[in-house]
Amino acid sequence: MKMNRRRFILGSTLVGGGLLIGYAASRPSKHRVANRDAGERPYLTTWLRIAPDNTVTVLVPHSEMGQGILTSLPMMAADELDADWNLVRVEQAPATDLFANGVLIKGFAESMGVSIPGVLDGLASAATMKVAEIMNMQITGGSSSVRFTGEHGMRVAGAAAREMLLKAASARLGVPESELSTSLSFVHHRASGRSLTYGELASDAARFEPSSEPILKTPEQFTLMGRSIPRVDIPAKVDGSAQYGIDAHLPGMLYAAVKTSPVFGNRLQSVGNTEAVLQRRGIKRIVELDDAVAVVADNYWRAQQALALLDIRFEETTNDSVNSRSIYAQYDTALQDELNEDVIEGDAPGFLASASDIVEATYRVPYLAHAAMEPMNCTVHFHDGRCDVWTGTQDNLGIRGRVAKVAGLDENSVTLHASYLGGGFGRRLPTGTNTIDQATQIASHFDVPVKTLWSREEDMQQDYYRPAVTSKFRAAFDNTGKLMAWENHYIGKNEPAEAAHTPYSIPHKHIAYALSDTHVPFGAWRSVAHSQHTFFLESFVDELAHRSGQNPYQFRLNMLADKPRHAAVLRAAAQKANWERNLPAGHAQGIALQESFGSIVAQVAEVSIRPDGSVQVHRVTCAVDCGRAINPDTVASQVESGVIFGLTAAMYGEITIDKGRVVQRNFPDYDMIRLRDTPQIDIVNVESGEALGGLGEPATPPIAAAVANAVYILTGQRVRELPLKNYRFTAAPVESAV
Amino acid sequence: MARFRVNGKEHQLDIEPDMPLLWALRDELGLSGTKFGCGVAACGACTVQVNGNPVRSCVTPVSAVEGSDITTIEGLAVNASLTPVQQAWIDHQVPQCGYCQSGMIMAVSALLASNPSPSDAEIDGAISNVCRCGTYPRIRQAIRSLRASA
Repeated sequence: MKMNRRRFILGSTLVGGGLLIGYAASRPSKHRVANRDAGERPYLTTWLRIAPDNTVTVLVPHSEMGQGILTSLPMMAADELDADWNLVRVEQAPATDLFANGVLIKGFAESMGVSIPGVLDGLASAATMKVAEIMNMQITGGSSSVRFTGEHGMRVAGAAAREMLLKAASARLGVPESELSTSLSFVHHRASGRSLTYGELASDAARFEPSSEPILKTPEQFTLMGRSIPRVDIPAKVDGSAQYGIDAHLPGMLYAAVKTSPVFGNRLQSVGNTEAVLQRRGIKRIVELDDAVAVVADNYWRAQQALALLDIRFEETTNDSVNSRSIYAQYDTALQDELNEDVIEGDAPGFLASASDIVEATYRVPYLAHAAMEPMNCTVHFHDGRCDVWTGTQDNLGIRGRVAKVAGLDENSVTLHASYLGGGFGRRLPTGTNTIDQATQIASHFDVPVKTLWSREEDMQQDYYRPAVTSKFRAAFDNTGKLMAWENHYIGKNEPAEAAHTPYSIPHKHIAYALSDTHVPFGAWRSVAHSQHTFFLESFVDELAHRSGQNPYQFRLNMLADKPRHAAVLRAAAQKANWERNLPAGHAQGIALQESFGSIVAQVAEVSIRPDGSVQVHRVTCAVDCGRAINPDTVASQVESGVIFGLTAAMYGEITIDKGRVVQRNFPDYDMIRLRDTPQIDIVNVESGEALGGLGEPATPPIAAAVANAVYILTGQRVRELPLKNYRFTAAPVESAV
Repeated sequence: MARFRVNGKEHQLDIEPDMPLLWALRDELGLSGTKFGCGVAACGACTVQVNGNPVRSCVTPVSAVEGSDITTIEGLAVNASLTPVQQAWIDHQVPQCGYCQSGMIMAVSALLASNPSPSDAEIDGAISNVCRCGTYPRIRQAIRSLRASA
């Protein structure tokens, strides 16, 4: 696609002798910023501030949860600006509507009509969100920050600022712009040997109109993009000074421990033993909510101890009898009903009806919890008709709005203090606000700050879960062994819409789904619907390869003739992994491929079976085409992270429902990959130079299938349900494929 | 009255003897670098050192550390000079979300103090902390770079 840069109305202004530049949220009558003192609505979202002391401050409107966004986005602005990285400062943009994603989206939609990253699009179209509400979002998700805010916001702002500085220098030095160059926060005039710092030029530059279509650098002109720049957030994360939401520590603050109905949505019936509990040391109040009870104390441990002594009863509903088996039975029934079409190409039902040999399989995955390391928490302080909020969230603005709504306050009366996130993975998106709602309601009884903090058990049992899903397949070949028909019927439809689509060229496809809601709350979980569908798709494709006597790698490659990027990534992974060559005895490899969030990822897992029948993953080779790497070391760390996150789910991840409630309680029964289980991870960066893809999520989807496909070669057993911890395998190698 | 030293400073706290050290540090002393992760000693986010030994503070009552020397993440760097472990964490760009890293660094520091050149198996055996972001490959590289023979 030809890139059109005319996406933003840029604005600029002079503040404190420096230049501010950013996106204008509304078309101003003139380009000067509105006078805030005069009470006019300011329209400028400032991404860049160039101060007289020659420092450049970049404001980042996304949340840092370890993905390196506080570094990557400023790199993109600073590179286009030709700023000296040592003079670049980074600030978290405040949670005000000036920094809403909606502003960006509106700019996109109005000027281009280009596709909006899935997470934002999905939220905008989801039943719970109206399009208008997207204007008040400040989302970090959908692996979208770099390819969206960075590529179409930061770079444009940096380039426009540089052009203004050149204009200012031209006027100051009395030479044409064509004789000027920029580097390391200086404008140089080579012919005369004169140089001016950006700081010296900032106030003059602010007098020029910023271009909405500045000329951007080509990749060979990049000075920062493409280099591994150390992350700016890391020093504070090795000395304990990094502040997370849970670390809010305020004078006179109180602490709330909460017990919510273990059966989602059931109402609180009664609370007993309150008098004895209220007499305990430090206990301030017992707060009853619709479906929960909280104890507020002067120390979190005291609140927790007291909560455990209350006699808490919840009402019962029909949901009390729901369990994982009944949910799967419900799914099976739903898949017998009329389905909703997803992809219909050719005539798969017709081909299957006449086929002599049909391959059939049913796959399932369980619910998954996010289990971010920082348990859910939120501190709220009501005072003077206002409210201050401290919490780590993937949508600062959305959470500000949520607190305002629950508190019955105007949004401008709520201040959200942003912090680092102790893990996000989708849990801290505004689609799941139960902690925020509780914290606001609990704190409304006090005029001091109250920190509501969930125990790990609450965090695990009151999550918004990656859904349990069933997926049924049928497929058939022609008599030359070519895969002709693909039928896939599955449960649920979540973002991204294309998650159940396979990249392979198959003449007849019939992909359809049934909606089958349960009372278990849904949440976006790293890579969302790809997390289950890539396991299904890439396992079943593997079954078909073996059934037709073809090598699983070659079988895939043969069906990618019209997908050269996918083929290149698959080849790169196989080559780097030394596919099926020189493997130690008892080891086997499995391969899987998927495109998600604009990036294509192929993984080869080298696996063996331990004497106790469990699975050991020795090495994962991961080839990635994300277009171009902005910060290659961050790409590597996100890929490592994505692989291990997916591997944890494949090996251990299982939330089961019994009596309407989550069975698992804490890490002992919802285990995680640890150092001893960690495979060697080798990464191949396939730089296609195509449009930037996301990185926070794409490495998660393929790993489960890659491992399960290797397990099949070792054991002859096809893994059609996760997690792998539920199996005790015996090595019985299948005849090696061609 | 609970008495112990934290990062060299003497503290006397009028708290219950069964209060876990974690909450004494966080809520009573305002030392927030030590993190709450699970409350059952399963994840290691709350790891501190008691007389040099790694201890999961979420299940350690203050009565068990009476008179002890406690070191938290805030007490590692002396005069803003990072320890080799902290520096290796920066050099290898280990942390992502960073939430587990205080406990991770405290556990690794204790391991290297008692065993300056651990084998890979000894590292795997000693460091059982959970990192949900999966920074383990870099943790392993960072520890290997710190081995006495490295």
